[in-house]
Order: sequence, then C-alpha cells, then structure tokens
Amino acid sequence: MSVDTASDSGALPTSRPGRGGGKLAARRLLLAVGPVLIALALAGLLLAALGVNPFEYYGFVVERGLLSPTGVQQTLTRMAPLLFLAAGLIVAFRAGVWNLGVDGQFLLGAVTAAASAPWLVTFMPVWLATVIVFVLAAAVAMLWSLVPALLKAYQGVNEIITTLMMTFLGTSLANVLVKLVFLDPGTTVPQTRTLPVADRLPRLFDTTISSGLLLGLVAIIAVHLMMTRTDFGLKLRVVGANPRAAVHAGLGVPALTIAVFALSAGLAGLAGAVDIVGVQGNVRADWNPGYGLTVIPMVFLARFNGFAAILYVLLLSVLSIGGESAARRLGVPNHFTLVLVATVLIVLAIAEWLDHRFQQARRA
Amino acid sequence: MGGLFSEMFLGALLFGAVTAAVPLLLAGLGEQMSEKAGVLNIGIEGMMIFGAYIGFVAAFYSESLWLGFLAGAAGGIFVAAIMALLCVRLGLNQIVIGIGLTLGFEGLTALLHHFQFSRTYPRLPAAEATVVPLLADIPVLGAALFRHHLLVYLAVLLVPVMSYIYRRTQLGLNLQAAGDKPAALDVAGVDVVGTRTIAVLTTGALAGIGGAYLANVGAGIFVPFVTNGAGFLGVVLAMLARGRPLWVLLGALVFGLCLSLTTALQVAGINIPTDVIQMIPFLAVMIMLVAFGRRSSLPAALGIPYERGAR
Repeated sequence: MSVDTASDSGALPTSRPGRGGGKLAARRLLLAVGPVLIALALAGLLLAALGVNPFEYYGFVVERGLLSPTGVQQTLTRMAPLLFLAAGLIVAFRAGVWNLGVDGQFLLGAVTAAASAPWLVTFMPVWLATVIVFVLAAAVAMLWSLVPALLKAYQGVNEIITTLMMTFLGTSLANVLVKLVFLDPGTTVPQTRTLPVADRLPRLFDTTISSGLLLGLVAIIAVHLMMTRTDFGLKLRVVGANPRAAVHAGLGVPALTIAVFALSAGLAGLAGAVDIVGVQGNVRADWNPGYGLTVIPMVFLARFNGFAAILYVLLLSVLSIGGESAARRLGVPNHFTLVLVATVLIVLAIAEWLDHRFQQARRA
Repeated sequence: MGGLFSEMFLGALLFGAVTAAVPLLLAGLGEQMSEKAGVLNIGIEGMMIFGAYIGFVAAFYSESLWLGFLAGAAGGIFVAAIMALLCVRLGLNQIVIGIGLTLGFEGLTALLHHFQFSRTYPRLPAAEATVVPLLADIPVLGAALFRHHLLVYLAVLLVPVMSYIYRRTQLGLNLQAAGDKPAALDVAGVDVVGTRTIAVLTTGALAGIGGAYLANVGAGIFVPFVTNGAGFLGVVLAMLARGRPLWVLLGALVFGLCLSLTTALQVAGINIPTDVIQMIPFLAVMIMLVAFGRRSSLPAALGIPYERGAR
C-alpha cells in the first residue's frame, strides 16, 4: 500500500541524518510537487484535445484565483470550509476510517446553520448566536454519521459504503429541509431565510476575506497537534495502523471508532456552518458544491499533515475559484477541476510506488 | 384517476423495477467477482459512468443498441484495465485508486458531454422489446416481465452461469482462492495476479454494459452523473449477497423496485416532493445494511494486494 491510511508512509526515515539532507529535502519536494505538475500536464493535454488552449486556461485560472485582488480574496475565503473538511478527513484517515460521506455531513451542517442563524440573531447577541449555530451544525452532522459509526464499530460493516449511502440520503434530506421546512416565504426562489450581511462572520481588516479563514486554520492546526502530540491522537493512530493490535493493547476500539466518526463529521458540519455564516448567508435548493470529494486528494498529497494540507487547500481553492471564473468566461465547465484532482490522486499513488521501488533497489 | 393500485400503475411499476434492476444486477455480479478474487472495487462507479458515456455515443452514431452495449463493455474494460494495472499488478491502494477513477471519469464524461451534446441533448428512440411468447400474455405480470430488451433476459441468464462458474469450474475455484488465500493459490502454481486481473476486467465489462443499458434503455439519454450511485449500489449488493449470484438478483430487484417507485409515484401525481421519493432506494440500502450487515461475510484477503514472498 503506497498511500497508506494509517502511518506517515510518505514521511521518510529521519533516523539516518548522515545521508545527504539536501538530497532528502529535494526528494520530498519532488514527491510533493511532482504529482501536481504531472497532473496539470495530463489534464492540459485533455484541454488541448477538447480544443481549449491549456496555457490560456491555466493562465486565466491563476490570474483569477491568485493574482487579481478580488480573486485572491475569494480564494482565501473559500479556504475556510475546505480547511474544516480537510481537518475532518485527516482525523478519519489517520484513524483508518474511510469517511467518504463528508459532503452529506457538510450539507446538513450548512442547512442547520442557515435555518438557525437568521432566527437566533433576532433575539441574542451575534457572537452568542454564531457560537450556538456552530455547535448545532456540528451536532447535526455528528448525528448523521451515527449509523455508519455504530455499524462500523459494532458490526464491522464497511464504512465506505455506508457513508456514501448516507451522503446520497443527506443531499436529498437537505433539499427536503430547504424546500419544505425552512423555506423563506419572502422570496420566489426556493431558499432559506438569509442571514443579514451585518450578522455574518466579520471580514478581516479592509478586505472581503471572511474571518472564517482564521477559524479554519485554527481547526486544522488543532487537529494536527491533537493527532501528533496527544495520547488521544496516538490511540487513534494505533487503531488506524492495526485495529487488532489496538484491541490487544487494551484500547476500547468501538468507542474510539465512534469518537473518530463524531470528530470527522462534526468538523464537516462546521465546514458547512462556516460557509453559510461566513459567505453564503442562506442555502438555495439543490445547492451542493461537492467540496468534500475534491479535498480528499489534497489530504493525501499532504500525507495527512495539517500544515502541508493548508498549502494544498490553498492550491485547491485557487483551482476552484479560478475554475468557476473560467467556466463562465472560457466555457470550460467546472467538472474539469474534478478531473484534475482525480488525476493528481492517481499520479500521486504511482509516484509513491516508484519512489518506494527506487528506495528498495538502492538498499538492496 | 385510476388510484395507486390500478393495473396500469402496477404494470408500469414492475416494468420499471426490472429496467432499473438490470444495471444493478450487472454491477452487483461484476463487483461480486472482483470481491471474490480479493479486489474491493470502488472504481466500479467510474467504470459504469464511462461505459454509459461510450455506450451512448456508440449507440447514438451507429443507431444500434447492441453496438452501444459492446462499446459500453469496452469503456468499462478500459477503466478496469487502469484499475487492474495499478491495484493488481502494482499493488497500489484499492480504495485510493477506486476513488480517483470514480471522480476522474465522472468529471471526464461530464466534460465530454458538455462539449459534445450540451446544446442538443439528443435522445435515443425507445428500445425494441423482445416479447416472450405465451408468457407475455399473462395479465399485468406478462407485460411487466416479458416485454423487455433481449439484454435483460441475458443479464438474468448470467446468474446461473455465474453460479456454475463459481461452483463447478477451475476458474471459479481459482477466483475464490485468490480472495481467501492468495499465497496458497500461488503455491499451487496458479498466477494470482492473472486471476485477479481477469476478475477486475470482467467487472469492468459487466459494469460498462450495465452503464450503457442504464443510459441507452433506462433513460434514453446520457446526462452528467447519470449513474447516480448505481455502481455503489452494486457494491452493496455484492456485500449483502455473500458470494451468491442469486442473492444479487434478488437484491437488485428489491432496489430496482425502490428506484422504480420513485418514478412511478411522480408519474402517478402523488403529492410527495421528489426529494423525499429519491431517498427511498438509499433508505432501503441502509435498512438492509442495518438488518443484515453483520452477516455480510467478505473474503479474507479483500483489499490486500498480493505480493509474492511478502509477509
């Protein structure tokens, strides 16, 4: 297994410092950046085959996502939900739980936030309302992951399938809630009530960047420190590395599994809340940005390291903001970003395999 | 107003159930073979959607459904070949590659569809039915079960064929061994990687045909993300069927009925929002998993790449 679920398989043995630190750093850099470049090239070939100039496309994406003042502010704002999702995925993957249902958990968190925030701010201070909204969104998302968690913990049912099924259900349920329960009677567009701009998360300084970005950064760094520096994190990693050994070590594996689901889904729910309270203000019917699945490749590229994940989330954010612009201007639909990140994931797995083989050959 | 239980409604419901069950049956039988051989095939959704797209393009330009199915199989095999190369031969993580293939081909087909058909949204004509003599004249059931495209009967026929392969042939035993104790199979002088490759490619072919049927006959049109989780439902069927092809058929009919119910209720003008109705099949899956999940037994070496001499 080259892209390993449990351990830092990508992290290199640090116990042999004598053998060329420069080379080591260069190799790590190559493994971190190489797959992205190769995937960009491959996807570029696809664009060329479709009759779109890849240089023009990528140039446009970088210009709109990173270089233009409005673009870069949108990009940094978009990072907030993506960081929360990445944090949730890191907890799950490090503990060996394949939570592929983050999109459903995200949407239900978002709908919870959109339903509660405009009502709560009418009779309590905004800061208190925001805190309550975040707690509610996390709680609903956690509840949504309870069935897969129990099935995995006590019946050993594969969580990949159950979480995927719950995402299909969650997407429909979110729509039902928006259209039937929390519909704003004041508009003709089917959507929830809108949170006034003044009551949303404050913007940073004189920019349009939502302070949700800071919350996202805090979340992912906290998760990273929890997984690497606390004994709770160590327990989760042991469960992920070898559940049977974890049982022998006296760990309560079912309880830990449920805790992992709760943390992971809770963070996905917070991602939904931060997107609503920070940016959207409401949920429109049939809104499903599908962030979760595109974040997965980034988390793998980062080798489940929270700090590295921040950089890759930035990359994804640029691609998605730039890609949305390109969809309008160059007529290349957003699906291209999906192809691109999927290619990154596959190229990364191959690159790690090659690297592994290369190391074995050198050692032999 | 004929009411919910009029003959016409019932007939349409059952006919739709069979139509919706066929892609699930093909995907489930395919996934079952992969899982028997020790490969957890999450990429099957990608194989289905690519089969659906290629199958639709072929059927649209050639005006032949059979060429469509053939092309769908080729499309599915193409994706399966990538999976076999990366996961069986190189031993990469099956889940990671499976997610990658599913996302990649969902995106790719949506992209290709946009450049090719997004202005016209062409439809295929309704499929010609093969009427089974005598049986087709049974009231209600006859029209629902025995007036389908020939492929439907072939797909059902595949169930006993698969059972025969697993129980009575050397290949069937090899497949089982590749999933339960690959090292023993290797010692017996059979190529584990080759056996698993056969299984994955067969999965691709079946999933591709299933996808092509779903788009060309079931929907009559290709739209982005048209498979909508049918491949994943196939994985569920394979999990619940515990290695028995007949159980895949039964499960496919149950889920097919739920899927058909979603359209039938809408057509009948029942006053329930579509989003609620769309939850029915997935709700059924979760209920089945809660009820029978514990008893889903999977091969010992499922998901573990085989490397000779590795411990």
